[in-house]
Amino acid sequence: MAATDPTGDTDPLVIAGETFGSRLIMGTGGAPSMHVLEEALVASGTELTTVAMRRVDPSARGSVLDVLRRRGIRVLPNTAGCFTAGEAVLTAKLAREALGTDWIKLEVIADERTLLPDPVELLDAAEQLVDAGFTVLPYTNDDPVLARRLEQVGCAAVMPLGSPIGSGLGIRNPHNIELIVEQAEVPVILDAGVGTASDAALAMELGCDAVLLATAVTRAQSPVAMATAMRHAVQAGRLARRAGRIPKRRYAQASSPWEGIGTS
Amino acid sequence: MPTSTNAPDLLIIGAGVIGLATAWRVARRGLAVTVLDPAPAGGASRVAAGMLTPVSELTYGEEPLLHLGIASRDRYPAFVAELEEVSGRRTGYRRDGILEIAFDSDDLAFLEDLRRFRQSLGVPAEALSGRECRRLEPMLAPSVRGGLLAPEDGSIDPRRLTAALLTAAERTGVRMDRRRAAGLVVERDIAVGVRLDDGTVLRAEKILLAAGAHSGDLDGLPDGAVPQVRPVKGQVIRLRTATPFLGRSTRGVVRGSSIYVVPRDDGEVVVGATQEEMGFDTTVTAGGVWQLLRDARELLPGITELEFAEVSAGLRPGSPDNAPALGPSPLPGLFLAVGHFRNGVLLTPVTADAMTEILVDGTVPEVAVPFAPDRFAEEARA
Ligand SMILES: Cc1cc2nc3c(=O)[nH]c(=O)nc-3n(C[C@H](O)[C@H](O)[C@H](O)COP(=O)(O)OP(=O)(O)OC[C@H]3O[C@@H](n4cnc5c(N)ncnc54)[C@H](O)[C@@H]3O)c2cc1C
Repeated sequence: MAATDPTGDTDPLVIAGETFGSRLIMGTGGAPSMHVLEEALVASGTELTTVAMRRVDPSARGSVLDVLRRRGIRVLPNTAGCFTAGEAVLTAKLAREALGTDWIKLEVIADERTLLPDPVELLDAAEQLVDAGFTVLPYTNDDPVLARRLEQVGCAAVMPLGSPIGSGLGIRNPHNIELIVEQAEVPVILDAGVGTASDAALAMELGCDAVLLATAVTRAQSPVAMATAMRHAVQAGRLARRAGRIPKRRYAQASSPWEGIGTS
Repeated sequence: MPTSTNAPDLLIIGAGVIGLATAWRVARRGLAVTVLDPAPAGGASRVAAGMLTPVSELTYGEEPLLHLGIASRDRYPAFVAELEEVSGRRTGYRRDGILEIAFDSDDLAFLEDLRRFRQSLGVPAEALSGRECRRLEPMLAPSVRGGLLAPEDGSIDPRRLTAALLTAAERTGVRMDRRRAAGLVVERDIAVGVRLDDGTVLRAEKILLAAGAHSGDLDGLPDGAVPQVRPVKGQVIRLRTATPFLGRSTRGVVRGSSIYVVPRDDGEVVVGATQEEMGFDTTVTAGGVWQLLRDARELLPGITELEFAEVSAGLRPGSPDNAPALGPSPLPGLFLAVGHFRNGVLLTPVTADAMTEILVDGTVPEVAVPFAPDRFAEEARA
């Protein structure tokens, strides 16, 4: 489902040389059932979905990995639940062995209450994993300096949070996200905090290359409907960004001129 | 009892709550029943906490399950009365309500959302303030924010329940065969029997698969005959107390993570449960125990004074939509009662009654219609 804008250009997302037609990356946590999860993933149009390696057995049948395989969705293993660089590196290596992918969504969190990234451990782990040949996509604070440092050590993307994981608080510091986007030469993926469709659209309007979300869909009253909304929101936000919005004005400006063209 | 030939009318694979209860009810109708299980009552039924709560565990999208759960919960009093009479054993059944507690304000918002959802389905739950919750359960942490009371819900001790079912089944003429079913024997597209590990074939008129999380393991199952059933691991702790600690089963939402504590009349206090997608692994882990005790202690600070008796892990039989598959499979001769996931103990009476009607009378009762195994057919093809 390659997104095509009205000018006819295809506009794929490219991460580390790999191309994705959809700019919506999904997570799986919190889904009420496998059946609902599967329907929601299909409705979202996602081509890349992240799975917590500490929470699945890759060899088990009927698992979320089976669902992804069946639906042709690429799996992005993550290191959710790790508090130290050491654990995260180990988890990434186990994921590579089990799933045969060197892509890793790197999460090193500081505490259970906020689930905010621990910047020091994160940078350390990112460096080690890049050295070990991984394609590293780090979940980071919305800190432009840290984002730059992560890019400098060789991460394939940066994934700043909009607000804490699962909070649904949206993008709390849009200015920082814009700063990160402005300076980044790798894709910027808004990760965490999306509560509803407008949050996802805003992320794209701010210039993010993609949005990653889970809870907003899996815990919605109708996950399938919300997944559809998110797919449209990401597309709409991306188109709006590329279309170039009008400047904001203080006073009204009539859209149909009183004189000139258009009068008969 | 018509046990004339050695081929029984019904061969049941699996002696968990579902297989045993169905065996007893079908035998009561006069059929010859054999149950195969190398370790009767050794599956999830041995680990389960035994909460009987169609309401407390209700979430969005599980409305059809609600009606099945309520039907089953309401059959429990009569079911238990008859079972205790036939078996001469107690089951630890109680119907004293389940209290659901919100720990912080985020948890309270979550419970309030759930309360409104239940109300919209016509299942009201009584909202209580933190103070009212603590009046009911003084051991609750002073900081709890509020709760819901589901007065019709209750609990049972699943270990006593399976022991009683085993006795009742045997007294009603059910033959227990402590061997494992290795494969299904299919002749001319009809299931005609079961092959054991040593190659012996047991034939039967009808075969009921009720092997819990292992229901997909049988050799020789044709594609699509059994919906996907996956094991969902749960770890549970058992504590003991000499003095009453908690009046009724209490569930908590503690900083977004859920925990329950189920007291029994004999002093056992069950704390559960983790929910892990780890295949057939049943190891107990430090992290599992820690998570349960952490949340239980937040909710009930005094709980760490209790004696630590046991930790165990079981495999919930999870179906794709969290609801069971009840009824004839697409393969003639093979019937299913699988996929009860988190609710198998609750759903035991209604499952046993529905399967009895299906197996003995050949009709599908109204309550079981939404749970026909063929509802997964489309997914299997995708
Ligand atoms: C931690 C935990 C807590 C739970 N709490 C609750 C609760 O509070 N309330 C509730 O209602 N439910 C609860 N459940 C769910 C409940 O335990 C299950 O839904 C229920 O036990 C399913 O019953 P069953 O008879 O289908 O499977 P099981 O109880 O697993 O029994 C299956 C039986 O089949 C046998 N078997 C397997 N393979 C073969 C074979 N090849 N041949 C012969 N026999 C075989 C096994 O030995 C076993 O005895 C809980 C489950 C867990 C794990």
